[in-house]
Amino acid sequence: MTAQPDDATLLDIHQRMTRIRIFETEAGKLMEDGKIPGALHLYVGQEAVAAGVMAHLSNADWITSTHRGHGHLIAKGGEFGRMFAELFGRSDGYCKGKGGSMHISNMELGMLGANGIVGAGPPIAVGAAFSCRFKQTRNVAVTFFGDGASNEGSFHEAANMAALYKLPIVFVCENNGYGEYTPQANHQAVVDVADRAPGYGMPGAVVDGMDAVAVYEAAGVALERARDGAGPTLLECKTYRFFDHVGVRGMGLSYRTDEELAEWQQRDPIVLFEQRLAELGVLDPGAALAVREAVAAQVQAGIEFAEASPMPDPAVLLDDVYA
Amino acid sequence: MAEAEAVPAVRELTYVRAINEAVRLVLAEQSTAFVAGEDVAGAGSVFGYYAGLLKEFGPERVFDTPISEEGIVGLGVGAAATGLRPVIDIMFMDFMGECMDEITNQMAKMRYMFGGAATLPITLLTMSGAGMNMAAQHSQSLEAWLCHLPGLKVVMPATPYDAKGLIIAAARDDNPVIVALNKMSLRFKGEVPEAAYEVPIGAANIVRRGENFTIVTYSRMVHEALQAAQELAELGVDAEVIDLRSLQPLDSETVLASVRKTHRAMVVHEAVRFGGLGGEIAAQIQEHAFDDLDAPVGRVGAPFSPVPFSPQLEKSYVPNAAKIVAEARRLLGA
Repeated sequence: MTAQPDDATLLDIHQRMTRIRIFETEAGKLMEDGKIPGALHLYVGQEAVAAGVMAHLSNADWITSTHRGHGHLIAKGGEFGRMFAELFGRSDGYCKGKGGSMHISNMELGMLGANGIVGAGPPIAVGAAFSCRFKQTRNVAVTFFGDGASNEGSFHEAANMAALYKLPIVFVCENNGYGEYTPQANHQAVVDVADRAPGYGMPGAVVDGMDAVAVYEAAGVALERARDGAGPTLLECKTYRFFDHVGVRGMGLSYRTDEELAEWQQRDPIVLFEQRLAELGVLDPGAALAVREAVAAQVQAGIEFAEASPMPDPAVLLDDVYA
Repeated sequence: MAEAEAVPAVRELTYVRAINEAVRLVLAEQSTAFVAGEDVAGAGSVFGYYAGLLKEFGPERVFDTPISEEGIVGLGVGAAATGLRPVIDIMFMDFMGECMDEITNQMAKMRYMFGGAATLPITLLTMSGAGMNMAAQHSQSLEAWLCHLPGLKVVMPATPYDAKGLIIAAARDDNPVIVALNKMSLRFKGEVPEAAYEVPIGAANIVRRGENFTIVTYSRMVHEALQAAQELAELGVDAEVIDLRSLQPLDSETVLASVRKTHRAMVVHEAVRFGGLGGEIAAQIQEHAFDDLDAPVGRVGAPFSPVPFSPQLEKSYVPNAAKIVAEARRLLGA
């Protein structure tokens, strides 16, 4: 079906993953330093999922995201400066400082928002997918959600409607093993969320969410199917967040063991991917380092842009409640 | 200009036919409009107000959904944000509980949360009201829930004319607008022009001019208030009756101007009195026209109870002209 990624695509995926990792790491530090108000749900560890899927999408394809949404926006083309400005609550943020981390979005990039409500994305993505078909395009919608969200009625309603109408949509479950602080085994009886797919009348597949190529290939199949009008797919990507539900702490958490974290870190998606790229002769370690340094410089420039951005004028408080 | 134009055709139409005509005109004038909801296509809705639209506009523009209210509203939010103009149907207002997240946290807030980047031209039609012995879960008036949410507009038409004009205005509005219809009014007849027209959202209508008492109301209670006004006239009370039509935004100016003239006011709604819109309106009157008041602002609403089933109990539950008259007399000390 979908071809394996060519060299350019591999480098593109590497770029997206690196951008997410460095942005998130710096954002976490800024939150710890008190420079970012509110709560941050960081995407570190899950980069292969966003990068592998988004490598297939254009700005005319829509995504819905989760409370852990920075990675999705970055992979969809989000600019660091405007993203940091939003996290800082500044006027140059993507949402002019009115959304923050949990509602960060950009319509021009086809990003329908991070979302503070677990499970809220899938029904909205169904609407976006309906829109793609209504306008007779080959565009698609992708909805990202977690294992926790797969227990919400909204997911069930959306999955049923998407399959019923054969909409151009892909359901990407990022199963990171925890619904907030509750291990998957304590919040659902199934091990594989993808097992639910046949119950909705759509194919399901379990994918190694730490392997960007595996995600890319599985997403390619599902997206082609969606674009061809054959309906939705449920892709479950098994992954792990290296940090806590909120914030940057990774070790010493009451609800999971450090050993478990260490095991998953052995399979760090970026380390694995860079090893593969080196073996393939696509990107040697020196070149990978150069990518990281370049991205780190862009992240610093983004932070400087955000720090220079003015706070919103109180006069705009009531703007945009209504059109 | 009037002489150059033909006299606009006006005829009597029922409320249900007026709704049907409005939605038909919306689908005809907006190529990106569609109707989605439970039983809206094949059955033309349980109330019949989408009858014929599937045949006329086809299954991509008028279609049945599963019984999945959260999914239905989510479909509307996602479709609207990406460029369509959905007309979404939630069969009974009582079912709002099933989709309250999509309404509260998504539909109402997306534009603001996104810094104005998203536009959500959604018309959500739903059915409110008691009086048909449909008991506690098919009879409620829950508009207070919705009016409390910045980002939504809420209208409740009392007449066929307003039903048609408000639906068209809602569909042309670039904001989410909830149109809460009334099931006891479906057979109610009134004059309705054939052409498309808008009743402006946010403009109240003074349906009876009066000099010394103001009744502020909306939806079916407009008719009860008009009947009450007739009875009050026999007592020498000349009541002005204001049909708000739109609850969010609220035409406070029309209400306040009336109170400044009449010096006495009462708010009437079918919804439960406690925590209802009547409290907000009474508060606004005392904030802005306290010195003009000769009496406390009265409120008539349903008692603090679920809507009962038994016809006898329901009759004593729902506000009516007699209760409005009784409360007016109490306020007037008459």
